[in-house]
Amino acid sequence: MLSASELKTYIANGFNANGQPCEHIEVRGDDGQHFEAVVVSAAFIGKNMVQQHQLVYQALGDKMRSEIHALSMRTFTPEAWQNAGKRI
Amino acid sequence: MDTQAAIKDLVTSNPVVLYMKGSPKFPQCGFSGLAVQILQACGLKDFVAVDVLADPAIRDGIKVYANWPTIPQLYINGEFIGGADIMRSMYEQGELQKLIAEAV
Repeated sequence: MLSASELKTYIANGFNANGQPCEHIEVRGDDGQHFEAVVVSAAFIGKNMVQQHQLVYQALGDKMRSEIHALSMRTFTPEAWQNAGKRI
Repeated sequence: MDTQAAIKDLVTSNPVVLYMKGSPKFPQCGFSGLAVQILQACGLKDFVAVDVLADPAIRDGIKVYANWPTIPQLYINGEFIGGADIMRSMYEQGELQKLIAEAV
């Protein structure tokens, strides 16, 4: 069963592999299928919401189809995350 | 007509199209249900809803079309707007209501 911490590692590794590490990642969800993620990365600067979510999907690659049933996410640039008070 | 062309034809010839699992009355997934509720909360009475569970070619094809691996997917005037998270975020900021009011 996929855990939230494994999913967090998948996202982190995917962004690292693209050369644009995440500043902060939070993943919640304990049923192995439904997860909520917050991803903060400078890679999102200058991108719209669709493009930001596409980067996360890209980081997850095939796992998005094979292992993850449902992923709800919110993406932030470091600046937006700062403005949000570093919490959701 | 192939699947990609059929999708393009549908989304460009209708102001609002939602690809979802199930129907607006009987959504088969929480995210699809949420997407329908958001559209209704925007005051939209009528929109084209496509049940991807009814057609495997569309279910796979729509993911390719928008380079987006999940359902639901919202299109306004042919443009891919986003999935349920983005719809919710735009609704909370009042942007989705504006887009829809301009489109219909």
